[in-house]
Amino acid sequence: MQKYDLVVIGGGPAGMAAALKAKECGVKKIIILERAATLGGILEQCIHAGFGLHYFGEELTGPEYAHRFIEQVEQTDIEVKVDTMVLEIRNGNIVVATNAVDGMLELHATAIILAMGCRERPRGALDIPGSRASGIMTAGTAQKYVNIDGYMPGKKIVILGSGDIGLIMARRMTLEGAKVEMVCELMPFSGGLQRNIVQCLEDMGIPLKLSCTVIQTHGIERLEGVTIANVDENRRPIPGTEQYVECDTLLLSVGLIPENELTRMAGIIIDPVTNGAVVDENRQTSRPGIFACGNVLQVHDLVDYVTAESQIAGEGAAAYIRNKPKGRNRYVSVKGRDGVRYVVPQNINENTDKDVKLYFRVADVFRNARIIVESDGKVLYNKKKPKLAPGEMEYVVIKADDIRALEKKELVVRLEVQQ
Amino acid sequence: MIREMICVSCPIGCALRVELDDGGKVLSVSGNTCKRGEKYAIDECTNPVRMLTSTIRVNGGSLPVMPVKTSKPIPKGKMFDCMKAINNEVVDAPIKMGDVLISNVCDTGADIVATNEM
Ligand SMILES: Cc1cc2nc3c(=O)[nH]c(=O)nc-3n(C[C@H](O)[C@H](O)[C@H](O)COP(=O)(O)OP(=O)(O)OC[C@H]3O[C@@H](n4cnc5c(N)ncnc54)[C@H](O)[C@@H]3O)c2cc1C
Ligand code: SF4
Repeated sequence: MQKYDLVVIGGGPAGMAAALKAKECGVKKIIILERAATLGGILEQCIHAGFGLHYFGEELTGPEYAHRFIEQVEQTDIEVKVDTMVLEIRNGNIVVATNAVDGMLELHATAIILAMGCRERPRGALDIPGSRASGIMTAGTAQKYVNIDGYMPGKKIVILGSGDIGLIMARRMTLEGAKVEMVCELMPFSGGLQRNIVQCLEDMGIPLKLSCTVIQTHGIERLEGVTIANVDENRRPIPGTEQYVECDTLLLSVGLIPENELTRMAGIIIDPVTNGAVVDENRQTSRPGIFACGNVLQVHDLVDYVTAESQIAGEGAAAYIRNKPKGRNRYVSVKGRDGVRYVVPQNINENTDKDVKLYFRVADVFRNARIIVESDGKVLYNKKKPKLAPGEMEYVVIKADDIRALEKKELVVRLEVQQ
Repeated sequence: MIREMICVSCPIGCALRVELDDGGKVLSVSGNTCKRGEKYAIDECTNPVRMLTSTIRVNGGSLPVMPVKTSKPIPKGKMFDCMKAINNEVVDAPIKMGDVLISNVCDTGADIVATNEM
């Protein structure tokens, strides 16, 4: 069995940034295992601009952002195996993978970083009645058809869900000559970034219908149309508001799910809200030596944050490999309340010597709300934000000194909303 | 006159307020967190521009199309003309990232450049 200090599963921006950081921190034998034919992950099909404004200070396209990391990986002695699918993590330290050249591979790892990204919620998760006509697909699948395979999957399009991928595809398909009839969003607000609503819908004259959903699809071989309806505050269709819209394609952009099959099989504790592992400030999961970062940990809208998070995991894994810590970690637990859906990391080492960034998402659109971080009534952070939205990840920084000084080993992030 | 808009220069999406005189000249911009917001507001009121990204057909590459972008933002009204110009072109592999595939597309002063290699 081959031995590695660090095995990284997934070669997207998360896996590459984590591996590079670990290398920089002195880890010797590192390998990245990637299922696809190239490194880069989902970025290879995200040809639009908008990546890297925070990290590189310039606006790059997805492939350009990925390329900068691919080049760096190539300049190190980090091993890369593409076309290699990881099947299992055995005993918490053996990574089982397969590819056409090596057959089955078993790699012994001192530390493992999970960076498998996420996938789109499929139609099955939605339960729209209607036939199994062709022409219904996720927005990301359409993105691959158009941007990688070079063909248009339809001419008259309805998009269900206003996630960023759907918005990006609304513009992309309009530019390629399709007619995008509308974007329907079940919620009273969009799940996508404001800038995408402006650049992708308003620029292209595509209507965004809020509190609206697709209740039926029509057509036998090929999709011929959909019936849409407005929904009430309980998200139930309102009778009498049904409307038929002719279309040959329905794109679904209704959310992303972290790809955590391997994580679950390895017995790692999953946060029911993020659908990713529960981690500490070094992005270590409940299994010592196994770390997680990027979209497999929490769905990110900005790759820059993925890079930052993955560097933390790389550094954490390097420290683990160096110190081989024994015994249980003592944690301060972090919780979200009053409009804060979740916080990552969920745990912080009591004796941390680094300031910790708490990333979180809110449950609704809030204006002029205060973000408050407190422990047992003691306020560590209190700041007003003009606008908070579920589509945009927020973070606050808590000082290491403040964390070490906590009496009660619990931190709460909450919102105070002004009426 | 006051115009309200969302700055699209970065994912933060600040809500901008632009004060204009009767001739459409920008008097003041507020609500922006950084300088790029001010530039965006002025551009948006005088000559709105956008980056255009798309794909171009490739001969002899590992994939049928190659992602491209404009080398700088182009006038919003010229996006569809530029799309036509890109879709009328077929380029030959090998192509390196940053290669100019169409220069001065539709007289915008911007080039169409490759954003991947093949
Ligand atoms: C359509 C779309 C548009 C976006 N737009 C923007 C934007 O404008 N600006 C921005 O900053 N961010 C944007 N993002 C977000 C950003 O691209 C992602 O957050 C980022 O790519 C996540 O990186 P990752 O490495 O965690 O996941 P991924 O890029 O998904 O990489 C995960 C990798 O793991 C591999 N993998 C999974 N399972 C296995 C296995 N069992 N064995 C081996 N390999 C495996 C996969 O093949 C994949 O390559 C967008 C995302 C999408 C999907
Ligand atoms: S003003 Fe600056 S920070 Fe605000 S959205 Fe524009 S570029 Fe981003």
